[in-house]
Amino acid sequence: MTMNASVLKALQTHIDQPIAETPFEPRFDALSRYPDWYVWAGYKAAHSLGDVEAEYTALRNAAGVFDVTPMNKYRITGADAERFLNYLTVRDVRKLAVDRVHYTCWCNDFGHVIDDGTLFRLGADDFRLCCQDKQYDWLTDAAFGFEVAIEEETHHVAGLALQGPTSCRILKNMGFIGVEQLKPFQIARYSLGEGTVTVSRTGFTGDLGYELWVENGLALPLWDQLFEAGALHGIRAVGYQALNQCRIEAAFIVPNADFMTASHVLRPDRARLPDEIGLDWLVDPDKPNFNGKRAILSAQAKGTAKHVLVGLEIEGNVPAEGAIIYHRQKREAGIVTAGIWSPTAKRNIALASLDRPFGTTVTEDLWAEIYALCEGRYHKLMKRVKIVPRPFLKLDRRTTTPPADF
Amino acid sequence: MTSCDAIVIGAGHNGLTAATLLAEAGRKVLALEASDFVGGGARTAEFAPGYRSSGLAHIVNRLDPDVARLLRLPAEVASGELLPTVVLSEGREPAVLRGAYGSAGIEGVTEAEARAFQSLKAKLLFQASILKRFLKRRPPEIGKMSGTDIKDFGLAGMSLISRGKEEARDFLRMVLMNVADVAEEYLADERLKALLAFDATLGVHLGPRSPTSLLGLYYRLTGEAGGLAGGQFIPKGGMGALGAAFADSAKRAGVTIRTNASVRRLLTANGKIAGIELLNGETIAGDLVVAAIHPKSVFLDLADPADIDTVFKKQIRNVRSEGNVAKLDLALSALPRFTGVSERDHRGRIVIARSARHVDEAFNPAKYGEFSPDPVMEITLPSLADPSLAPAGGAVLSALIQYAPYRLKMGWETGKPLFEQAVMAVLERHAPGIGALVVGKDLQTPRDIEARYNMPGGHWHHGELQVDQLLVNRPTDLASGYSTPIGGLYLASAGAHPGGGLSGLPGLLAARHILSGDRR
Ligand SMILES: Cc1cc2nc3c(=O)[nH]c(=O)nc-3n(C[C@H](O)[C@H](O)[C@H](O)COP(=O)(O)OP(=O)(O)OC[C@H]3O[C@@H](n4cnc5c(N)ncnc54)[C@H](O)[C@@H]3O)c2cc1C
Repeated sequence: MTMNASVLKALQTHIDQPIAETPFEPRFDALSRYPDWYVWAGYKAAHSLGDVEAEYTALRNAAGVFDVTPMNKYRITGADAERFLNYLTVRDVRKLAVDRVHYTCWCNDFGHVIDDGTLFRLGADDFRLCCQDKQYDWLTDAAFGFEVAIEEETHHVAGLALQGPTSCRILKNMGFIGVEQLKPFQIARYSLGEGTVTVSRTGFTGDLGYELWVENGLALPLWDQLFEAGALHGIRAVGYQALNQCRIEAAFIVPNADFMTASHVLRPDRARLPDEIGLDWLVDPDKPNFNGKRAILSAQAKGTAKHVLVGLEIEGNVPAEGAIIYHRQKREAGIVTAGIWSPTAKRNIALASLDRPFGTTVTEDLWAEIYALCEGRYHKLMKRVKIVPRPFLKLDRRTTTPPADF
Repeated sequence: MTSCDAIVIGAGHNGLTAATLLAEAGRKVLALEASDFVGGGARTAEFAPGYRSSGLAHIVNRLDPDVARLLRLPAEVASGELLPTVVLSEGREPAVLRGAYGSAGIEGVTEAEARAFQSLKAKLLFQASILKRFLKRRPPEIGKMSGTDIKDFGLAGMSLISRGKEEARDFLRMVLMNVADVAEEYLADERLKALLAFDATLGVHLGPRSPTSLLGLYYRLTGEAGGLAGGQFIPKGGMGALGAAFADSAKRAGVTIRTNASVRRLLTANGKIAGIELLNGETIAGDLVVAAIHPKSVFLDLADPADIDTVFKKQIRNVRSEGNVAKLDLALSALPRFTGVSERDHRGRIVIARSARHVDEAFNPAKYGEFSPDPVMEITLPSLADPSLAPAGGAVLSALIQYAPYRLKMGWETGKPLFEQAVMAVLERHAPGIGALVVGKDLQTPRDIEARYNMPGGHWHHGELQVDQLLVNRPTDLASGYSTPIGGLYLASAGAHPGGGLSGLPGLLAARHILSGDRR
């Protein structure tokens, strides 16, 4: 078969527009003072809209709006949907009630984490899985033998995270009656024009907050009504930098930042068991077989986990992102995967991956080697670190129901 | 719910071998067979009124002597008169290899050619003997090599250099070559080249010019009969007698065999095997299950899809197992006459392939889901050894025909009569008048074999025996060495190491592995 150049060109329009835009893009674009875009899963996404401090402040003191549309979203339905997801993921899906969400992760046969994400139970046999990486191939491979349908929803379901203390007030202003009764990880539906908004009390900031899900066509009406409802309550569009600060305070991990996912690593020792990235609490050893169960339980029985995720507090105020952790200032013990000066906790905090026994039985005399670039020169700092409980910031309003009104 | 120490799924010869050895070690063993006969591919069955033939396998050429000894198989079925191989070629007398693959001489070729064949055979036997070390033991576990593994590699290396640098170099040069190039390099006679090409590829989806096709010939030459490599025989009483002898050994050892007992589900508890469920709903408890059936059936049909993890599931799904060999049985009113073949040599194995190119050209269409109008085949006349198979004066012909692709593009419903015509035309050319003698016939395509023998793909080896599905990768790396991810469940059919053919080795090695104490 031969193809002439113009036919070929017509089939390759993606070359002219290599980056996809979410339906909210025009609003972000209009609000950006100096746009700082990056590419998130093939979508144009905002690092910040020009003022990271103001965006962070909105998230913690008013309400920030973050576009989560690029998250990969899969709709899983069918008679075996619950059984399938119970096999796919490490948590017990039988305990997830309809209209509830849980955070979970999934592994391959060797117990290595492939991704984490949130699982929404929209009906008895109807689920949505939201996650960082593309999972369609893995899901369809895993689904062999199960009576389920898997649909990629990433590109036609748009999502906004509305996070912060005034977020509930704003939704009430939108006329979402009873939204204040939503408990953490609960789902409710409200009508908006001709369509429906699915509201879940979920988020990535460790704060009071909601995620709003609509079909793409409803995205701009949702945005406009939200910003109108929030005008007097400090609503502000935010980018990833501000969100990232919040999630570090909440000690939430990001795949391929705080750990490498099994599908990304080339070196076999770089993949991680749930126990090595602080996700062992998700693993339910009592439920029937699930991907990786044998490997995870065997590693637990034999004590073969090699790494551990810890929260650190670091002396001084220089963020330690990327720093190497030493024991007795000499022996390498791990690496900081995320670190900031926390504006709310007023502490220099970090998430780190340590090589056991550092972080498990050996917890004293640990140091961070930080390279601080100051006016063209690196200052090499050796700072004492302390292992501290996670999260670094615990906000009562995250779980209080109904939330305080404003 | 009843229970027993060990449940063996499938009473083919491998299942029966494993069952016997486990029972002799003191286990209470139950063997479950889906069909109404035992022996699997080793069977004699009626295919036309008054005519019986070998069901699937029609010649024995790799029955393992240790298996025969351990199962105390009667000598008359475990051995027999070595049969010649007769290679036909139109317009020429046939080439006849006497003894074991010509060990007692080759007729119909020049003396120089016979010598060339013998020296090539010696080289191939030497090379095959190096690989053979690995066929009679459990494949090593990558990353967990034991002292014995290392010793065996060492010994293989030593025997390789024991014959001098040149032989070692030739081994490394040839081991992954295609059989046609090797044959061309060492031989001149087209019929001998055709034989090597045919034997190397029978049962696998490779043509003689496909890279690595020489491996199939090595595999063939690792087999022996009467202590001679490359030997072949038909047991007294036919292939069914061999299947029955395996079953007798099992019964003698105390194995309970149930036929018409198709296993439909594996039961598990806490990730380990807990028993099986039969098609009729009956359940049998047991914490040791030996699946001597196709690995794809085990994991894709019988296992709960939630009991095996996704990487493994995908590996099993990707096991290539589409059969390529069809079987034709003819009920004949009189003995057919193959041109140029002496009366006595009609008892042998008759191969129709005039050149390596002929075999290759028969393969080419199979790559695209078609069959050649001029297929290659091997033929036996079982009723010559056992006259009871046919009514007085009549005869039975059994032919294994390459290549009959499992996934025929036109569909076997349409294709079967056309394929049969093509086969009959070839037979008519070599045995004029044979068509007129036919009083009954049965052509089994790979699809028919799949259904009749509960063998996915109808594949000779329960999965391609090619370099990517051998040893530590047979059937896949996560289930090689007979253990599987499901604790207490073991594999023991041709789909496990070392592969197919009537050898009993997968059954033997699986049983040894289980008895050695592996109870994961
Ligand atoms: C066309 C053809 C010709 C061949 N010719 C020869 C030959 O001439 N010489 C030779 O040495 N080899 C030959 N082979 C190869 C040989 O037949 C096989 O390799 C051999 O039969 C494998 O033995 P097995 O015991 O592993 O399995 P099988 O012989 O396949 O036996 C497996 C048994 O398990 C049973 N089973 C399957 N599923 C279930 C279930 N769910 N529950 C209960 N029982 C079940 C089956 O009914 C069967 O009886 C030939 C193969 C083919 C396809």
